[in-house]
Amino acid sequence: MTALEIENLSVRYGARSAVSDVSLRLDHGRTVGLVGESGSGKSSVANAVVGLAPVSAGDIRVNGVSAVGRRSRARQARLRIQLIFQDPYSALDPRMPVGASVAEGTLATGRRWSREARRRRVRELLEQVHVDPDRAGALPGAFSGGQRQRITIARALAGEPEVLIADEVTSALDVSVQSTVLNLLRELQRTLGLSILFISHDLAVVRYISDEVSVMRHGGIVESGPTEALLAAPSDPYTEELLGAVPVLGRRMTFEETATP
Amino acid sequence: MKRLLTPAGIAASLGAALLLFLVLAGPAIWGEAAAERSVADRWATAGGEHLFGTDDLGRDIFARVMTAARLSLLLTAGATAIGMVGGVVVGLTAAVLPRYPRRFLVWIMDMLLAFPWLLLVLFFTVIWGATATGAMLAIGLSGIPNLTRLVYNLASSVSDQDYVRAARVAGAGPLRVLFRHILPNIANPLLVQASASASVTLLAFAGLSFLGLGVQAPEYDWGRLLDEGIKHLYTNPMAAIGPGLVIVFAGLVFTMVAEALTPGQGLRGAAAAGRAAVLPRAGARPAPVGPAAGDRTALAEVTDLTVAFPDGAGGLVERVRGVSLSVRPGEIVGIVGESGSGKSLTAMALAGLLEAPAVVNARIRRFDDIDLAAPPTRAQKKRLGTELGFVFQDPLTSLNPALTIGRQLTEVSRTHLGMGRARARDRAVAGLDAVGIAEPHRRLGDYPHQFSGGMRQRAMIGMALTGRPRLIVADEPTTALDVTVQKQVLAVLRRAQRATDAAIVLISHDIALVSGFCDRVVVMKDGEVVEALDAQRIREEATHPYTRGLIACLPDMRSDRTRPLPVIDDLPPGGPAVADGARGGDPAAGTRTPAPREESSL
Amino acid sequence: MTTLPRSPRPAGPAPAPVRWTGRLSPRASFALRRTGRLVASLLIVVLASFFVVHLVPGDPVRAALGPTAPVTLVENTRADLGLDAPLREQFTDYVSGLLRGDLGTSIQTRQDVAEVIASRFPTTLALAALGFAVALAGALPLGMAAALVARSPRGRVADTVVSGGLGVLIAVPDFLISVGLIAVFSVWLGLLPPAGWGDPGSAVLPVLGLALGPMAYLARIVQVEMVKVLDSTYMATARAKRLPRRIVLFRHALPNIVTATLTVGGLLLSGLTAGTVVIETVFAVPGMGGTLISAVQTKDYPMIQGVVLVFALMVLAVNLAVDLILITVDPRTSISEG
Repeated sequence: MTALEIENLSVRYGARSAVSDVSLRLDHGRTVGLVGESGSGKSSVANAVVGLAPVSAGDIRVNGVSAVGRRSRARQARLRIQLIFQDPYSALDPRMPVGASVAEGTLATGRRWSREARRRRVRELLEQVHVDPDRAGALPGAFSGGQRQRITIARALAGEPEVLIADEVTSALDVSVQSTVLNLLRELQRTLGLSILFISHDLAVVRYISDEVSVMRHGGIVESGPTEALLAAPSDPYTEELLGAVPVLGRRMTFEETATP
Repeated sequence: MKRLLTPAGIAASLGAALLLFLVLAGPAIWGEAAAERSVADRWATAGGEHLFGTDDLGRDIFARVMTAARLSLLLTAGATAIGMVGGVVVGLTAAVLPRYPRRFLVWIMDMLLAFPWLLLVLFFTVIWGATATGAMLAIGLSGIPNLTRLVYNLASSVSDQDYVRAARVAGAGPLRVLFRHILPNIANPLLVQASASASVTLLAFAGLSFLGLGVQAPEYDWGRLLDEGIKHLYTNPMAAIGPGLVIVFAGLVFTMVAEALTPGQGLRGAAAAGRAAVLPRAGARPAPVGPAAGDRTALAEVTDLTVAFPDGAGGLVERVRGVSLSVRPGEIVGIVGESGSGKSLTAMALAGLLEAPAVVNARIRRFDDIDLAAPPTRAQKKRLGTELGFVFQDPLTSLNPALTIGRQLTEVSRTHLGMGRARARDRAVAGLDAVGIAEPHRRLGDYPHQFSGGMRQRAMIGMALTGRPRLIVADEPTTALDVTVQKQVLAVLRRAQRATDAAIVLISHDIALVSGFCDRVVVMKDGEVVEALDAQRIREEATHPYTRGLIACLPDMRSDRTRPLPVIDDLPPGGPAVADGARGGDPAAGTRTPAPREESSL
Repeated sequence: MTTLPRSPRPAGPAPAPVRWTGRLSPRASFALRRTGRLVASLLIVVLASFFVVHLVPGDPVRAALGPTAPVTLVENTRADLGLDAPLREQFTDYVSGLLRGDLGTSIQTRQDVAEVIASRFPTTLALAALGFAVALAGALPLGMAAALVARSPRGRVADTVVSGGLGVLIAVPDFLISVGLIAVFSVWLGLLPPAGWGDPGSAVLPVLGLALGPMAYLARIVQVEMVKVLDSTYMATARAKRLPRRIVLFRHALPNIVTATLTVGGLLLSGLTAGTVVIETVFAVPGMGGTLISAVQTKDYPMIQGVVLVFALMVLAVNLAVDLILITVDPRTSISEG
């Protein structure tokens, strides 16, 4: 069974094409990494899936139900997908207590919640992301970047999503904080059986967290495959270039066109 | 409410209370005196019994000014309310409308905004006639386009935020977004604006009545009193100046209220910054030891560097503490650290580029034989300008958008090397060519916005090459760039270094990048140097727990995917320690940290 | 030095987000948008000046002539003004009149409106132009100096004085500044005439009264922009090159404050056009402003229509001029709009 299926997706903003003819499969309980550089269209894919970007062609299916368009069935399907944003500082309303932000996420379940049930659920979610539930009444300003990012993850989980899309969730964080967020995502995936579409420009991070990888460039997918196999033996020269450009700790960087002064 | 306890807040509250008192009690106290005619006292001059003198019916002008407060301020309140309500309703409507109707509405409002406000007021006055209510409607309506624009701008800046997009993804409708997210976040600026616009409205009303288009006799407001007074300016100036002063006072009160409601702005902050910058300079600077005391072989060095900034409350916050660093000729030194580690400030200080309000102190701070702590002489400026290159983090902002690439790349040669236009251009072309920019001749005429990010960063390196660089300081030169472009830029930098034998200081948050590019790596944390290591042997030789943590928690292409990443637990105040993620089965050990990292932002 | 291989990525500029204007260059799209706006503004101005009479509650002719005027006079005047014709016919008559330069006849004085305006327009234009020049000439150096003072760590007192002075000039409306000017220079010092127009001496106070407020406001904008520019990374680049201060300020900083200064300043300066109405009243300058005020008071609608139209056209002309300068000056013309 496929949790998320993207078929020949195209996204256009006015005259500019951001994504053209992209297809992607995300199976239940798996993590697919989408890696690419700025302007490759990877964030447009994420936005299109949750309805924040216009789909000009193609289809997006959640558990086999199309999530494209304005019909209520499509809207329901879209609510089964939640998005975690890049910048934890702008992703939380500075005037809203973090508990209320998380509670807002329960809207996506489509169920009516009693005040008490919602409060309990918020505490449970905050505990799940290792944030002290007693601080639900505090404003985002009282939390560090890493804590905020975990709170936005709690908000996304509040919608009881089928699929979680993580759009560059670690690129605004320091490396020391990055590892806690990555560990949390892995842990949640294991305990909740989530399906995750993990979008990043950082090949090492994508490699660490994903079962499968798709490489994007200029709005299209260059190649896809199981993580280890693809990165060990890339078939596309662009993937190779990307791999070659990642600096490795303690290894002197070499530049092909060595200097000939 | 703390804001109201500042001097400005207290003054604003007192002023507002005084105005409120006049509105409530003014006519009751002075109403009788204001209406009392006395032919004998006509046109009495100011002073004595009549503070502002009397008018042509012998009525006391001061009493009339006090009595007029009610009408003046109520009309002001009415017009402000009309403008604010109209602006908020239209502006918020525009913000939630679909794309095309929204654009149309904004377009109309922008067009109306192009017309002077006074012209709109006059236009509306024509329709409703020269009466008090007519003027109130006219002034109120004329304020709507401006306030609409403001509300719309505020609202759309909020609705572009990720938290609003997150609410929409969670299924929140436009009304929920409007009331739960947009309104709370624009309420404060709106309040400030309401107060500011009350000030403008008050003055406008006075102006309109002054022109004879507002309040009509026998009623009177401040503007009318001013108009009556000005006819006797030669005999009794106070008849005009009195009402004028009151108008200015009331306007000032509204402005002060607006200012008191605006957090962290105005003169106070600037004054504190100025004070702090001056204070420690005087005595705190240690006696100059002179460049001779340090590492003689170094091209550039700082010892015991501290960089501090005013904290806004008159004190200083040290952001760099006791850092020593030296760079030998031709050496590539990397400085690595996370945000707030002070690595950029150290680099800026090393290049002598820190200015007030930064307070820089160091035992030694020199480039070659130039003491950077002293103001440079003309000859030293020439050398610093040519021998010291700097590449900034954000290529989008580090080149001047209003000048051509050619102009920016010829400046050093023309100013410091005394070259003519043609020779300087040749040198600029060579510089661009050296950093791999195709058709350098044609590109000289381009503006920075015609270059991509990677090209701009190369142009910055090319700019350093137009001098005679001996040290290039590159502050996160590739952080804003993609990894493939990063590699190209680093290649260019390495090439430039080989060609000129310049030393390089490379600042980055990426320990892998620094270790791969540099000879020597200096690790910084919280404004201090943690340790300095040989770049190639960093994995083996790092002994400090923080460095080891940094290395361990960074996933690379060899990380074990089946195990959680180690995390740096910054809980113990004594120093950082690496917590193995597997320990105690809690992979997010850092979450136990009770205090946020950004405490200072509170 | 050798040439490195070119980047494998396209060497052109990064793709900018494209708006509805399609693939036009920023400059062309800016020009197009502004032309569209000018045409629409013209249309609105003509419509507004036509309809203002019809928006007056009740009978405008009766209102103008007063409750005691005989019915026949009201009827005749209405026929003279063409107000008894169908609306569509009135509008075509109005527009064709405009195109011929016929603005109608005053209800109150029976004078030809176009002639009255023609005799008074030069005075208003001269006043506005002088005010414009003074405001601009004063604002740039004042604002730049204020920015430098504000950033200097030792200039706290000077900064307070400059900012305070500018703040007062901004807060005090033009009619009060004018009254103050008269009180000081005419009443107290007896240096300059308090009213009139013609000789150079009599022009000083009206021009100052008109220009001081906008000048202070513009200076504040220049100051804010200048501080922003001084804090920008490209100014750090310029300082890193150790260029002489004069080059840093005038070549690197100045061009970058022009766009913002002109965009905001343009609005301010078109406001100054309307400000002449107030100034002319205070100083008894025989321009269009006095005509407008008395026309509004006597409900002389044809006169109002004509004068308001001319003022609006002046404003549009100022806006057009600002746009033209912006297009020439700013290499990006990245002026952002809704």
